[in-house]
Amino acid sequence: MTVTAHASDMAEPLSGGTGLAPSNDPLVPASQKTRSVMVYLSFVWLGLVLFSALFASLLPVGSYEVPIGRPRQMPQLGSLEMLLGTDQLGRSVLARVIYGARVSLLVGTVSGIAGFVIGTTFGMIGGYFGRKIDAVITVVTDALLAFPALILLLALSSILTPSLQTLMIGLTLIVVPTFVRLSRATTIAWNSREFIRAARNMGAGNTRIISRELLPNVLPPIATYLPIVIAALIVAEGSLSFLGLGIPPPTPSWGGMIASGKDVIANYPALVFIPAGVIFLTVFSLNQAGDFLRVRLDRTMQD
Amino acid sequence: MLRSSSSRVARSLLVILIVTFAVTAMLSLAPGSVAGVILGENATPDQVAALNEKLGLDQPILVQYWNWMLNALQGDLGNSAITGQSVTAAIIERIPVTLELAILAVSIALMIAIPLAIISATRPGSRTDRVINAFSSMFLSIPAFVAGPVLIYLFAVQFNLFPVNGWSRIEEDGLLLNLRSAFLPALAIALPEVASFHRLLRTDLITTLREDYIAAARAKGMTGSFVLLRHAFRPSSFSLVTLFGINLGRAIGGAVIVESLFSLPGLGQLVVTSISARDITMATGVVVFTAVVYVVINMLIDFSYGFLDPRVRKGSTS
Repeated sequence: MTVTAHASDMAEPLSGGTGLAPSNDPLVPASQKTRSVMVYLSFVWLGLVLFSALFASLLPVGSYEVPIGRPRQMPQLGSLEMLLGTDQLGRSVLARVIYGARVSLLVGTVSGIAGFVIGTTFGMIGGYFGRKIDAVITVVTDALLAFPALILLLALSSILTPSLQTLMIGLTLIVVPTFVRLSRATTIAWNSREFIRAARNMGAGNTRIISRELLPNVLPPIATYLPIVIAALIVAEGSLSFLGLGIPPPTPSWGGMIASGKDVIANYPALVFIPAGVIFLTVFSLNQAGDFLRVRLDRTMQD
Repeated sequence: MLRSSSSRVARSLLVILIVTFAVTAMLSLAPGSVAGVILGENATPDQVAALNEKLGLDQPILVQYWNWMLNALQGDLGNSAITGQSVTAAIIERIPVTLELAILAVSIALMIAIPLAIISATRPGSRTDRVINAFSSMFLSIPAFVAGPVLIYLFAVQFNLFPVNGWSRIEEDGLLLNLRSAFLPALAIALPEVASFHRLLRTDLITTLREDYIAAARAKGMTGSFVLLRHAFRPSSFSLVTLFGINLGRAIGGAVIVESLFSLPGLGQLVVTSISARDITMATGVVVFTAVVYVVINMLIDFSYGFLDPRVRKGSTS
């Protein structure tokens, strides 16, 4: 049984945002030419966002809190601070976009990786041991998946005071079930292969089989879902901030910028279009990167 | 079939039990107790204790949950601590708006996605296919809170084709005005779904078109479009149904955003306002209701496989 046979099992609901992954049937030709250009541009954009988020305090963009001029100025060339204009309070939009990238990337990556580690651990335990442990893990996963992601986040935000940490806890919680299901299905598929039986007959214990035989096979295909999951998490974080339930101001977030700009969209569309464009490009790039990794990985798994 | 479906029902019931317990337990931990919301900030601890006793909030969580469940099974989800409105009545009043949005969004998505997928699948890898794929990937990356304001700017502010916000009820303003007020919000939810429907259907159709029975149908001299629609499209509708259930969760999430943005009186708006106002009873009721509906719909979809696809009826679906 190959993993591809389980591709439909692996197409998991990520109801938060971007991603249902259609089964990667190797028969379907991927549109190669446009993909390579778009993937290239996507990596460039992601690099740019990552760079400016990491070195935000070193860049000559000033503070995101202190007004630098009259409010609601149009984007203008000249100084870097004014490149994207100013917001309602006269703060630099570029600075806010860059510091907002920090929040989005941090929240998305940390929760994505935490969810990946926790989810894959439980998924592999359930898939490998089966029986009661598996049943418990499956039911808890089902219960978590019973909530539309945003509703779960809203419910959590009512008991936890909004902050960076609580946001990350909530976002981790919504991606754990995705990784549990993915890794469980993959573990079950690999677990029935001959080399696992061979290892067991040679006297390998559970720990050895899981860590030396299963893990190297299970991790790579699951890890390729990370970019798509991070994209979904950035969308979820943006949705919460848009509703005013994300990270509290004055810390800038892309969703919050759209929310505050939407009331004056008729006269100052740039205040919405700039953060909207940045979110779109980031989510799009992450999705492209994820697709690219998955297609490549599937190729190598064919032979 | 019967045994698997009864175990499926049992599993769903178990999930519903866990979900309702988790939500009631979780929200009873919320800061700003129900009594505090009702009595205001200046209440003395004695008053709070008295009210807690009256509302049964001094009892252990399990007892509270048991009472809540007994009432919920009779259709009583309690009353809002702030407005005093019955939670059940508030939910029933708001269902039509959210339901209409979701149905409209999925219909728009399918109306765009199906023709695109058929065009893509007939010539996979062609220039048209690549262009459609590029657009489809773009749509996938437009969340509702991005699509909403942009659509408002383009269609409501610039061209004045649709209202900026607000909801026209069918009973009062007629179907046309109602659809006009629902169109932009539905479109905002629909965009990412166009992409996911298109991706799935395209892959599915391409795979099906390589099957032997398609070649046999062509060899019999059937026309291309007949083969495409009758032989290839029908088995693919099966996966569309699955995806529909998955996308529904996203549509509910999208509805939360869109209803707040366009100020539509739906369930999503109710969740947001009750949570911001710390109206715990209302929030519990709506969150539990959405989760239960979601579980039940996904269960029904699992059952529908058997009716749609005879191949599923016998085999074990591990």
